[in-house]
Amino acid sequence: MNIEKIAASSKAVMSGPDVSRAISRIAHEIVERNQGAHNVVLIGLQRGGTWIADQLAERIALIEPGLNVPNGSLDVSMHRDDIGLRPIVPGAISDIPFDINGAVVVLVDDVLYTGRTVRAALEGLNNFGRPRSVQLAVIVDRGHRELPIRPDFVGKNIPTQISDEVEVSVDGVVITAVQS
Amino acid sequence: MKHLRSIDELGKEGLERLLESTAQMAEINRRPIPKVPALRGKTVVSLFFEDSTRTRMSFETAAKRLSAETMTFSVSTSSVNKGESLRDTVETISDMGVHAFVVRHKSAGVPWQISQWTNASIINAGDGAHQHPTQAIVDCYTVRESLGLTSLNGLRVAIVGDIKHSRVARSNVAAFTLLGARVTLVAPPTLLPPNTATWPVNVAHSLDEVVKSTDVLYMLRLQSERMDQGLIPHLGEYSTRFGLTEARAQNLQSSSVVMHPGPMNRGVEMLIDPADLPNSLIHKQVANGVSARMAVLFDLLARGGELHSLQEEVVQ
Repeated sequence: MNIEKIAASSKAVMSGPDVSRAISRIAHEIVERNQGAHNVVLIGLQRGGTWIADQLAERIALIEPGLNVPNGSLDVSMHRDDIGLRPIVPGAISDIPFDINGAVVVLVDDVLYTGRTVRAALEGLNNFGRPRSVQLAVIVDRGHRELPIRPDFVGKNIPTQISDEVEVSVDGVVITAVQS
Repeated sequence: MKHLRSIDELGKEGLERLLESTAQMAEINRRPIPKVPALRGKTVVSLFFEDSTRTRMSFETAAKRLSAETMTFSVSTSSVNKGESLRDTVETISDMGVHAFVVRHKSAGVPWQISQWTNASIINAGDGAHQHPTQAIVDCYTVRESLGLTSLNGLRVAIVGDIKHSRVARSNVAAFTLLGARVTLVAPPTLLPPNTATWPVNVAHSLDEVVKSTDVLYMLRLQSERMDQGLIPHLGEYSTRFGLTEARAQNLQSSSVVMHPGPMNRGVEMLIDPADLPNSLIHKQVANGVSARMAVLFDLLARGGELHSLQEEVVQ
């Protein structure tokens, strides 16, 4: 089963400032789309989406002074559809210390790929309540969707190979081509 | 990990992994709807040849909250009464397509024996006076979470009472020691097993001394159903010397906690109403039991390789 992966090449496709500017723009778009943010709650997906949700909350507070957007996190590992098909990555703990019933939930993740994580997140949200609507914000949409899911807010659309690995951090976005 | 039969088999790394996972499951149990689809399509059988309330119920609750199917075997209404052997019973249930057996039996070693007769995962829910690993996971988690500790290194744990018959004591000695705690056993000599000199523990015979200097006071149930050899002269004497009285509870340090695996013998080892104890973790132990057993079931059943071999077996 152990396929040895050899990293062939890494390419920076967004710089740190690019990512920061994308988060600022998405913050504006969230406020614009929802005519303010008074009913908006942010939920970052563990683990890659939580720091982005934190930054979005800070930026929205700058755009709409005096407004503290509730900011939580959701671990979807128990809701995935590929349990038993791949090794389990130890999950993080969900933390949603506010009521999501009737709220506009913005799910936040770093990379949108097959859409299966988002599907699991939508299912996981049901355990916490019934939001009025759910929107999706991601830094990178890398394509290759396997489910009818689309993002509402995108930092950048980046075409990739299925074998590529995409890594998002405050320092930027790096795509690594992997040959197996 | 395929089976959970003893703390030794689990090891320190496995124990710490399950404690982390228990915290994650505890979050699920705090949700408005505490149910996730993680083990959909898996079947868990509780195979209890001995009585149980909390272990069996918490395993079944745990399985249901992970969306596994549950089947309950009850010895009193089974073909065991027609003379069916343990092996035939296990093989029969296994043929129905089972992914895990949760086993309790009065004889030590039964979980190991059963694992030779089925491809399913075996979880030891108590074998004789030998092991009860999930109780130890619950207890270590409860101590860690309630005292807000990241490490149990140096923690003083006193286990009091009927050590001889106690699988809970054996699993807890192993688990607490693995995590770096210092365990003291407190019991009359007749209720200590003969080999405690080889255990990583201290032994004391005076509860009055120990209560003053322990962080965790773990009271065991006096197993009166196994008390037919004159091991204690009189219940009253046992209570006086090894029961948790109000006076002894007052000598506990204010930061110390009291635990009991249940069921309690009120008036024997518990001479004080636990509701009157400021630092009783007894209810938390029960509540955390569901989370810890969810962690165990998920760890054993949510992995790729062995599920495939199990499916092949079921198809044959």
